[in-house]
Amino acid sequence: MANEGLRRTPLYDEHKSLGARLVDFAGWEMPVQYEGIKAEHNAVRNHAGLFDVSHMGEAVFRGADAEVAVQRLVTRDVSRLDEGQAGYSAVCYEDGGTVDDVIVYRRPDDFLIVVNASNREKDLDHFRENTRDLDVEVADESDNWALLALQGPEAADLLQNLTDTDLSTLKPFRFVQEEVADAKTIISRTGYTGEDGFELYLSPDNAPRVWREILEAGATPAGLGSRDTLRLEAGMCLYGNELDPETTPLEAGIGFAVHLDKEQEFIGQEALKTEKEEGLRKKLVGFEVEGRGIARHDYPVKVEEEDVGRVTSGTLSPTLGKAIGLALVSPGVEDRFEVVIRDRPVEVHTVPLPFYKREKK
Amino acid sequence: MSVPEELQYTRSHEWVRTEGDTATIGITDHAQDELGDIVFVELPEEGVTFDAGDSFGTVESVKAVSDLYTPVGGEVVEVNEALSDSPEKINEDPYGEGWIVKIQVSGKGDLLSASDYEQFLEAEES
Repeated sequence: MANEGLRRTPLYDEHKSLGARLVDFAGWEMPVQYEGIKAEHNAVRNHAGLFDVSHMGEAVFRGADAEVAVQRLVTRDVSRLDEGQAGYSAVCYEDGGTVDDVIVYRRPDDFLIVVNASNREKDLDHFRENTRDLDVEVADESDNWALLALQGPEAADLLQNLTDTDLSTLKPFRFVQEEVADAKTIISRTGYTGEDGFELYLSPDNAPRVWREILEAGATPAGLGSRDTLRLEAGMCLYGNELDPETTPLEAGIGFAVHLDKEQEFIGQEALKTEKEEGLRKKLVGFEVEGRGIARHDYPVKVEEEDVGRVTSGTLSPTLGKAIGLALVSPGVEDRFEVVIRDRPVEVHTVPLPFYKREKK
Repeated sequence: MSVPEELQYTRSHEWVRTEGDTATIGITDHAQDELGDIVFVELPEEGVTFDAGDSFGTVESVKAVSDLYTPVGGEVVEVNEALSDSPEKINEDPYGEGWIVKIQVSGKGDLLSASDYEQFLEAEES
């Protein structure tokens, strides 16, 4: 299989030498797995796994109006973020549909917004077009950063061996600019797996060495396959599955990242307020398959043979050993419905999200 | 990748072992490796008849669904029920315990020898 014209991260040679299976992901040649998705999934749940997510995009907002610009673009009220604090947020169109879901980092002199690889160009255009009247520079610094995600119950102990900063004082969604294995790094206590863990932003030049040192310290290399099963168990949205221009963040169940009472108006605020008052047009639910089979992205959802929605994500949960999924369904759908798996309707029932929640120490 | 000499193959990565008029069918080592951890197998009913090239079931890995195509036509005389509880047998032993169905052969499709299949794999990889 030739992967021509695909972008490669600074860790491409590391993946090759580890025998990764590489696939086209949003135009990037990325490792989907090394040893196997289940083994990597379990390594993250029980020990520590290391992901290369350098394909993610980084936009930096600088200038006198940087905060005004970010406030206009994202659904979260970033005036409530301290320096050194990050927040998960949606970015919306005027009609409330979702442009992307992002992490906003409030740094001393600027804002860093981390965007999905598949949306990088679209987001940068959206950011710039909607802030032309402001004194702000929106820079695409994606190529300046490698991004590693070290995730799992042993992540903190493992990383502590490679840094002088006291990780026990770094709380969730907080970040510091420090050194990891002598490389300047933004250490962020964030992730996409439902486990404790860190995301490490560092220069592409240092990335291969730091990657190797973290693996030598005991982490298991983990690919995008297990990243997907881990985030799904944790009930987290994936743009393109649960979120898209036809779906609002309220419908996708991430209302916690939408501050409808934000003083400075954000794009989509009026539409979302109206939707909240009038009732959601659809809702995201988690479900378990009762019969045999695995529900997958885009399979139809039916109640009494009537089309009432779509599966957005589905897999066999490695942790639970059950077929689980998320679906966007009509608001009236109750706790039982059918998913059509290759022409065969299969009974499912809803379960509270997340499917998996780690035990807090 | 293992490609046993005594078996025949398809371009959709199934293998066939013919004994008398019974064909045992599974997926190749290459196919199981491409799919990754197999977590579910949808098997046909015994007694169902297929033409060569028909889809007779599916295998699913954590990540993907893949259709199975029968390389021979005929009636399904036995299915490997053990795969319902242990689909990982296909990963562990694709040419042995990971067999999928046995078919009473009434017609044959276009089958490849082991060496032709190896050449096909090389061409596909490049």
